[in-house]
Amino acid sequence: MKPVFMRYTKNDIINFVVLLVIGFLVVPNFIQSDYWYTSILLPWLCLTLAALGQNIVMGYTGQLSLGAAGFMCAGAYACYNMMLRIQDMPFLGALVLSGLIAAGLGIIFGLPSLRIRGIYLMVATLASQFFIVWVIDKFGWFKNYDVSGSTTFQKIFISGVAFTNGKMMYLLVLAIVIVLTLLAINMARGSTGRNWMAVRDMDIAAESMGVSLLKTKLQAFAINAFLCGISGVLYTYTYLKSAEPFAAFNISLSFKIMFMAIIGGLGTISGAFIGAAFILLFPVVLNAIGNNVFHGMIDATIISSIEQVVFGGLIITLMIFEPLGFAKLWETLKQKVIKTKS
Amino acid sequence: MEKKYLKKITSALSAVVFLSTIVLPGNLFAQTKETQYFPIPSSRVGPYSAMGTGYYGAQIDYMNYVNATGGVNGVMLTWQECETEYNAAKTVECYQRLMTKDGQKMVVFDTLGTPGAYAVINRMAEDKVVLAQYGYGRTDAADGTVWPWVFNAASSYWSQIAVKLRWMAELDGGGPEKLKGKKIVHLHIDTAYGREPLPTMRRLAKEWGFTLVEIAIAPPGLEQQSQWLQIRQEKPDWVTFWGAGSGMNSTAMTNAARINFPRTKMMYVTFGGAEEDMIPAGDSANGTYVVSNALPGKNYPLIKNIQEKVYKAGKGNMADPNRVGTAYYNRGLGASILWVEALRNAQKMHNKVGKAVTSEEFRAGYEAINMTEARMKELGIEGMLAPFALSCSQHEGAGKFALMQWDGKAQAFKKVKDWTGPNDPAAIRAQIVESAAKYAEENKITPRKCS
Repeated sequence: MKPVFMRYTKNDIINFVVLLVIGFLVVPNFIQSDYWYTSILLPWLCLTLAALGQNIVMGYTGQLSLGAAGFMCAGAYACYNMMLRIQDMPFLGALVLSGLIAAGLGIIFGLPSLRIRGIYLMVATLASQFFIVWVIDKFGWFKNYDVSGSTTFQKIFISGVAFTNGKMMYLLVLAIVIVLTLLAINMARGSTGRNWMAVRDMDIAAESMGVSLLKTKLQAFAINAFLCGISGVLYTYTYLKSAEPFAAFNISLSFKIMFMAIIGGLGTISGAFIGAAFILLFPVVLNAIGNNVFHGMIDATIISSIEQVVFGGLIITLMIFEPLGFAKLWETLKQKVIKTKS
Repeated sequence: MEKKYLKKITSALSAVVFLSTIVLPGNLFAQTKETQYFPIPSSRVGPYSAMGTGYYGAQIDYMNYVNATGGVNGVMLTWQECETEYNAAKTVECYQRLMTKDGQKMVVFDTLGTPGAYAVINRMAEDKVVLAQYGYGRTDAADGTVWPWVFNAASSYWSQIAVKLRWMAELDGGGPEKLKGKKIVHLHIDTAYGREPLPTMRRLAKEWGFTLVEIAIAPPGLEQQSQWLQIRQEKPDWVTFWGAGSGMNSTAMTNAARINFPRTKMMYVTFGGAEEDMIPAGDSANGTYVVSNALPGKNYPLIKNIQEKVYKAGKGNMADPNRVGTAYYNRGLGASILWVEALRNAQKMHNKVGKAVTSEEFRAGYEAINMTEARMKELGIEGMLAPFALSCSQHEGAGKFALMQWDGKAQAFKKVKDWTGPNDPAAIRAQIVESAAKYAEENKITPRKCS
């Protein structure tokens, strides 16, 4: 029998324990400000999941797809409706079911990948972006007939415990992200991941070796959509709290998630985390620096524009000097450190 | 090779670390004078920048002006900016980031935009921050019993659409009966903001007997060809335009010109019509009607004083000083005047003259605002706003608007109709109370008593 879980090396386990300690002990004990939880850590963790999904479908399986926000939207509204309409629905149950609903949609919208590839596939997958958001916006039932078209998402209670303040929500989201990341690592390093990469590197060769293209591609799309769906639920329930589909899940969010995967490093798990941090948090850092350091020295409108120029410039520089993204940069840095030590 | 890049990266990283160490101790400078902090969640880049620069620029200018004239009973105003790009997700981040400055919590938040307002509106009661929606945002927040922390002092969208329809009937030469059998297109941006007036409009369509055609434009609204094709087929008698951003607003006029739809049959929403929206459309803008809740103009004494005390001192926030006194600028001015009035009230009511107030005290001060003609004359803005008073249950301002028409030759608006309220203010109020009650029931809020 094939082992369910892969074996990890000693280094892996050490890294994992260190990260766990930082995530569950250091951060909650040292960070007190609600701002850090609700505005930095939560959106970062939530969007990391979406970037992870995007990385699986794009980085590991080589299927260009653009429409992560559509699946996020599907997940968020599936959860909203389940919590609204089913009595005593447990949040975690609704969360998993929402992920599965999104995964089902992912399979449907992944079907074109069997026929078309490359940039054409990307255009075809855009359908998920437009169609899902449109359906949810068009039919009032999904939003419980709210006149303004915006939805207020419920508060999270898990077996009586309220996850309403920043720290509690952070711990919840962190736990979910860790579980899903472990699963993703396990898949990526195992036979599933090898199938993905075989399809990515040369699908004809993979097929002739007995890898089912249909199964592999759709599996990747389903997992992508599942992760995006969960990400959408967490993003709306813990960060946005109220949203309207067109504004919250627009195409620019899909692009952002794609850039997170690319800039973080395609075909890596850590890349999703670093990429999400860069795309999401760097503009915040720039804006904070702009408003604090240059406050009053330069016209505020120009500061705001300069931030965008700097951010764009950084992306271009990174792509020129390290096309493989931050994950690769991190690897080289690590190797340099190890080399200088020995 | 690689080593060289590595060096560069490490030096770049250390520069960032160095910068952030400068940023952090900035808060440590002790303040000797009593101050009151206001957040500025500005939107200076992106398609809605004309709105954001004018509105928030005016607020900063007014705070500078108040400080230059001795503060509010000696309390100096401070502020901190955060860029939202008119984006709901970023507004949430800014809301959290701006929450405190130098240990002082913000008392009021002003998102300048309905999407942003909806994104944070449910946090207000919990965080105890006043959401001052100045002529935008959630309409049923005008019911202060359900929404103690939310205000709409420059009148709601429901009042606005009712006034718009009233004017359409008047310009057609009579009362509501004149609209019977006519066709009106509501051309709107497809966001919460564009849909906000619909409940009232649908009700009036039924009561007055006109046909309502709703046509949505996906944001940012630069593509409107198909919508205007539809308008050409529908041949409506009036178009009420509900857009945002100079790009969308001017595109509508140029498209109307292309299909030869008369501009004198188009009525723009408050956030659709300003000088920055009209000028890009060139000649096509001529004759367009625009609703106003704070009239533009450079001749108000306050504007002259700001030019004198703020701009002559080189402290002006507007990159182009000529924009002082335009529609968005004066609207921002109106909003910040109310902040300062609320602060002044709060100090007086709570025996804290010359001291900073808490957000609860500020909320009570805001609720006590009474903008009479006399008070506006003292402030130097006589005629700029419609007079109004807020109360415990009444969180909407006058519910009145003025109508302006764009004069392409003079490159300015001229006032066509003075402050006007809806035909049936009581019906609008009833609708607000009903909607607020529904919200309270769904969200298990016990409305407070206003005796």
